[in-house]
Amino acid sequence: MPRVLLIEDDEAVREGLSLALTYQGHAVTAVRTGEEGLDLLARGDNPDVVVLDLMLPGVDGFEVCRRIRAAGDLPIIMLTARNDDIDVVAGLEAGADDYVAKPAQARVLEARIRAVLRRFAVSQPSVQTERYGDLTIDRDGLVVTRLGRPVALAPTELRLLLELSAAPGRVMSRQQLLESVWDQGYLGDSRLVDACVQRLRSKVEDDPAAPVYVQTVRGFGYRFGPL
Amino acid sequence: MTLRLRLLLSFAFISVFTAVAVAGAGYVRARDAIVQRAQDRAVTETTNRVEQLYPLPARPVDALVLERIAARVSGREGDALATAHGVTAGSMNPSVITPELRRHVSFGYVGWQRVSHAGRVWLVIGMQLRVSGGGESGIEVYALRPFTSEAEVIDELARNAWLIGGAGLVLALALGLLAAQGVLRPVRALRMAAFQLGQGDLSARVPVRGRDELTDVASTFNSTAASLEHHVGELRRMEADARRFVADVSHELRTPLAAMTAVTDVLDAETAALPGVAGQAARLVNRETQNLTRLVNDLIEVTRFDSGTAALALDDVDVAEVVRATLRLRGFEVTATLPDGVRARLDPRRLDVVVANLVGNAVRHGAPPVTVRLAVDGSWLVIEVADSGPGLAEEVLPHVFARFYKADSARGRSEGSGLGLAIAWENARLHGGTLTAANRPGGGAVFTLRLPVGEPLRAGGAA
Repeated sequence: MPRVLLIEDDEAVREGLSLALTYQGHAVTAVRTGEEGLDLLARGDNPDVVVLDLMLPGVDGFEVCRRIRAAGDLPIIMLTARNDDIDVVAGLEAGADDYVAKPAQARVLEARIRAVLRRFAVSQPSVQTERYGDLTIDRDGLVVTRLGRPVALAPTELRLLLELSAAPGRVMSRQQLLESVWDQGYLGDSRLVDACVQRLRSKVEDDPAAPVYVQTVRGFGYRFGPL
Repeated sequence: MTLRLRLLLSFAFISVFTAVAVAGAGYVRARDAIVQRAQDRAVTETTNRVEQLYPLPARPVDALVLERIAARVSGREGDALATAHGVTAGSMNPSVITPELRRHVSFGYVGWQRVSHAGRVWLVIGMQLRVSGGGESGIEVYALRPFTSEAEVIDELARNAWLIGGAGLVLALALGLLAAQGVLRPVRALRMAAFQLGQGDLSARVPVRGRDELTDVASTFNSTAASLEHHVGELRRMEADARRFVADVSHELRTPLAAMTAVTDVLDAETAALPGVAGQAARLVNRETQNLTRLVNDLIEVTRFDSGTAALALDDVDVAEVVRATLRLRGFEVTATLPDGVRARLDPRRLDVVVANLVGNAVRHGAPPVTVRLAVDGSWLVIEVADSGPGLAEEVLPHVFARFYKADSARGRSEGSGLGLAIAWENARLHGGTLTAANRPGGGAVFTLRLPVGEPLRAGGAA
């Protein structure tokens, strides 16, 4: 039973989403403010996923997002005003894994929760870790190290890196990545991919402005390597 | 003819007229005075000399006598000639004496005439000598006096007149040019300001200087522009208020709708088992909640286009794949011609919105078969959605993309938010493309979406 921490200031929306998610079999803890949510997390109440409204009184959603991300790799789905591009981009930059625009039917939110909680597909049984330049990727242990030190990756970032590095040198379009990493239907938001690539680069590349691991292929998408 | 040319010509005409009048009249009067005085002096002098001849000797006149008379009359700088009864004597060339002067003198008058001779101007003076007692002596005396110095003075007068006239003309043209500039500068300023106003710069004004008719025009222009600016500002403010109101209302509606929408799935699942009226009522609430959600979402989308906050999330896509995904996800049954390999840089989700709307409309309002055709026209990609229904009425065509425009006023609101085509049109525009509606010659409506392919794509270029 997945545990969901819902941070939403509007009482009706909080109640509605709690009802719907509980109905679908989630254990929902709903709080009103970012502070309450961060307190719960700090006290060791570990949910599987955080559903976070961006417009919060006090500490806003972006800041909550950054703090959760700084503390660990807990998946975050943000609730945004419908198609509010600035919020979407800022939220993704703050470290959110995915977003759902309000008003949303519960099944849409549920699908996104299921996608971020999806178990990592092990593409091929590997007995040893793969090594690419300064980077090592352990597909079984889900550990990525750079220069011998583990890299803290959010779930989506890790999944994106695994997906791309599964076939080094092959170009994958944003839409393909949306399907395989975010489990979105074909017409997902390609900004999810771009924002995640930026965050991933800032963690694994020497110079994120001149990436060698996650390269952009203009007009097509992204590619792992060649180194 | 330009205003500048007209002003210049007027000034030139006035100056020429004035110069001719003033200099010409002055010249004529001065010349006459000089000539008159010189002639009077010469005539008086000659007459005095002739009077010194009296009394004439009472003997018969012969060549010797005439010679002596001529010598007495001639003086230092002139020549003279005396003639009587066909005998002529003297140093003067007789050919300079004109017949009319001879006739004049023969009647007993003192006559004079200016003549040109040997390249110079001379004065010929002629008179009869009289014997004491008043009788005629039969002797006529002619004296030739140089008139050159006076002629030179007159020539100089004429030259000066021309010079002054010419200088006056130049000065008048310069003044005319200045005056033209003075008049034309405010005219030019007015033209510039009017042009700016026409270009939409409602703050355009002209400087108001001095107090003449042009200043009046300038201040009238300024006050007109000011009131135009005021009214347009007022209209814009009202329009902005109205739009903000729609945006605020939409946003206010969104939060309660978010709560309602969240539980529609729960209701759907539970009411399926509810018997009778309660179940129908719950399903009605659910359905209308979803319709309301769609309307509010569309309204918010429209307000974002209006406020300019709608942005493109560009991606490099295979257009056929996007269109196929749209058709597949919505379950549309259409005849599609979608060549692979048409790549473009666009917002696939917005393209999805447009195509879904066009195909949805064709399926709902037109008749099958509905065709979707993708083609490339230069640097544009063209997507045509056509149906085989009766087409659009002529009076509907211009309004088909208007918000909440209903072709058939009797049609209920269940057909959609009434914003679908308006949003599709705005999405095309946001991409720098166009969306047009027309009727096919063979019947049926056709909507044509044209989008720029985007920046040239280079395969394999790593960034």
